[in-house]
Amino acid sequence: MSSDNSHLRTLEAESIYILREVAAEFARPALLYSIGKDSSVLLRLAQKAFHPARPPFPLLHVDTTFKFREMIEFRDRTAREAGLELIVHTHSAAAEGANPFKLGTQKCCQLLKTGALLEAIARYGIDAAIGGARREEEKSRAKERVYSFRDAYGQWDPKDQRPELWNLYNGRIDKGESIRAFPLSNWTELDVWEYIAQEQIPVVPLYFAKPRRMLLRGELLIPLDYDVPPAPGDRIETVLCRMRSLGCTYCTGAIRSDADTLPKIIEELRGFRRSERENRVIDHDQEGSMELKKREGYF
Amino acid sequence: MKDLLRFTTAGSVDDGKSTLIGRLLHDTRGVYEDQLESVRKASRDSNAQGFDLALITDGLRAEREQAITIDVAYRYFQTPRRKFIIADTPGHEQYTRNMATGASTASLAVILLDARHGVLEQSRRHAYIAALLGIRKLAVAVNKMDLVDFRQDVFERIRDEFGAVAAKLEVEAPFFVPVSARDGDNVARRGARTPWYEGPSLLEYLETVEVETAGSAGPLRFPVQLAIRPHLDFRGYAGQVVSGRLHVGDGVLALPSGLETRVAALEGLEVCPTVSLADQIDISRGDMLVDPAAPPSVGREFAATLIWMAAEPLRAESAYLLKHTTRQVCADVRSVRRVMDMRTLDFGPAAELKLNDIAEVEIETHHPIFFDPYKENRATGSFILIDMISNRTVAAGMILGPDTREGPDTRVPRRAFCAARTLVSVPEFSPESLPAPHRGLTVWFTGLSASGKTTLCRAVHERLAARGCRLELLDGDTVRKHLSKGLGFSREDRDENIRRIGFVAGLLTRNGVIALAAAISPYRAVRDEVRASIGDFVEVYVNAPLEVCESRDPKGLYRKARAGQLPAFTGIDDPYEPPLHPEVECRTDRETLEECIAKVLAAINRALER
Repeated sequence: MSSDNSHLRTLEAESIYILREVAAEFARPALLYSIGKDSSVLLRLAQKAFHPARPPFPLLHVDTTFKFREMIEFRDRTAREAGLELIVHTHSAAAEGANPFKLGTQKCCQLLKTGALLEAIARYGIDAAIGGARREEEKSRAKERVYSFRDAYGQWDPKDQRPELWNLYNGRIDKGESIRAFPLSNWTELDVWEYIAQEQIPVVPLYFAKPRRMLLRGELLIPLDYDVPPAPGDRIETVLCRMRSLGCTYCTGAIRSDADTLPKIIEELRGFRRSERENRVIDHDQEGSMELKKREGYF
Repeated sequence: MKDLLRFTTAGSVDDGKSTLIGRLLHDTRGVYEDQLESVRKASRDSNAQGFDLALITDGLRAEREQAITIDVAYRYFQTPRRKFIIADTPGHEQYTRNMATGASTASLAVILLDARHGVLEQSRRHAYIAALLGIRKLAVAVNKMDLVDFRQDVFERIRDEFGAVAAKLEVEAPFFVPVSARDGDNVARRGARTPWYEGPSLLEYLETVEVETAGSAGPLRFPVQLAIRPHLDFRGYAGQVVSGRLHVGDGVLALPSGLETRVAALEGLEVCPTVSLADQIDISRGDMLVDPAAPPSVGREFAATLIWMAAEPLRAESAYLLKHTTRQVCADVRSVRRVMDMRTLDFGPAAELKLNDIAEVEIETHHPIFFDPYKENRATGSFILIDMISNRTVAAGMILGPDTREGPDTRVPRRAFCAARTLVSVPEFSPESLPAPHRGLTVWFTGLSASGKTTLCRAVHERLAARGCRLELLDGDTVRKHLSKGLGFSREDRDENIRRIGFVAGLLTRNGVIALAAAISPYRAVRDEVRASIGDFVEVYVNAPLEVCESRDPKGLYRKARAGQLPAFTGIDDPYEPPLHPEVECRTDRETLEECIAKVLAAINRALER
């Protein structure tokens, strides 16, 4: 099924080209490794791009301390097996007890994700952060460049982006400024899963359906990994479900699904009518909220 | 077999382009229900009537507030046959820059016309820009057919009118389809309201149109991205095969060195492999492996079509960074020949170059690049210009060719263009051609201060070192701090200095070392004396006119000499006697460093084989 997908070969070659450009043009690139399916694909592409050498950059994980336990185990094993340096950075506020219940999802995300990422970029002198974001994911990402320029404060200005023609990326920056590079820009969620199936790439088991104990709040299925303050009408039930995207436990709702293999996930996606970020509470804080986050320095 | 089609869209304001894309996405289920809900919510908030499909595509807050698309947005959808990437570009006044951006990666353009208005000035510009960026296939959607009662004569009149426009451009005969993006007629499915139309729907056309597979046509071009060296036993070059093919055993020509070798091994993907070569030649990022039988042009001067993309106009006096394939060099826009009048689509005389201008220019780079005309090869014919202060991308360029003699050209004739063939004719210098162990040799670089002796000498040293030669470098400035410490600049002292360098070089030469000496050595007599005593001697005259050297003046010596602080300075108040029969003469004011290196290496090769 997948081996004759020439569109995957085209996308793969484009991504490998971008990864090599970043490695060649920047002094201290890092691969933003968020443990999800897109990061898994990105890591595999990086391994291919520099084979038989190892990718010439470390993995950076911004740990909000609200990730699934299975994700952390998967992260450590993956970095070890790839033989790559793993930098884990957590915002100092996390130790002081910042959490989404106290701050609200918007402020929590601003601090523990955006804030921590900017902290890490400054601390490790990262001049190019390679991320797995895709233009298809969300409407403000549709206008994102492959090389996205960020000023010294990590901010994105969507109205003043560098024109990007052919595959001639402009990586010129001054001290303190940085580039976010997005090798998966042109991939869709379906492409990602088809590639994972074709290449047999390991992913976190949370993506596969199984009966899980979940907190039911309206339409949302919230994992019980961390203590969620109860709200009226909450119920706890065992539900056959899987994660469609992985973020922090509270902000990543599960979906009801019986897709417990790669072919079933692909089949499910082909029939899907709802976007993968739908279960991300953070995207829906307010109209255009992803764009606001990105302006501040979010991926 | 599912493949990939990248297309761009163009239409004037209110032609309904965003609606058409929204319709395509909607009918191919390329937009999800929750995203539609968010659009429905936003439709109620904005001034639009009811449910607005355009809001699916107009992503950013700023443009939704202004109800216009401000930049290029990329959209994705797929059918069982094909995956599609749409570069959606706005139709308002700033369209040139954005449409060029969208068209640069597309192999097809969908052009929208409003059935009520027919072919507008802007429609002609859209077709022109698409053709300029190398798009050969146009699909013309005559939209809003519902507002003209789906009349066949309206459609046919517009088809004939646009067909006449397209006939003047380098594009294939366009595909025409009557549509109503709002209602969906002939977009994804054929509509019942155009019984007289027998062709496919727009989507059926897009699904089945033949698109050239990038990379296969034309002779081999492989720009090197980076060297891959995991351990001492492996050295590979990673890059993209932008045209032609690479196989193990193929002969390849490396540029800029001009050396030929063979492909020893290939790792990774066919289109972006890591290449190992049969010979250890020095290759780095920005170099290119090419078909030896059909090399690209190699040079520093070419004509190009330039699209100016920055708010600040072209500054004639300043250099820009030019990024071409994986190579980045400094470049001057030497002259603006003519600028396109976007109203008439005719070229006219040029005063300046401003935002959204399209012009024919002449460019001179500070180092050679390896290029083909854009018409023949989009990858090796395209470049961008970057402002060195602001770091912004200010222009996109498409190379016309090395021939700069077309058009009203009044400039002073410059150095003839250097084609790759002349580089190929430089005798090969590969490890096999070196006797092992090779004999000794003295290579003597003489010339004025700041003529480029040390630079050239070090570069030659680097190349020889990469081939495993036994080497020593004797630089005049360094020698004066040790071997010749205490000597002054009188004629006697200068001669003594040269004799000492010559003595050491002679010892080295006798012991099988290639001695590279760089010293002004202004007097002919003592140079000839050293030559006679050593025997195996190659004299390199590093020649640049005094005024050029004086303008370079990296150490400020000429300034001091002119101020009278350095008496008996060569070229100012002490003579330089040029060699009468040097083995090599390099004009560093007119030749590139690479050209000079190639000449010196060729002479060394000849001397070693004597």
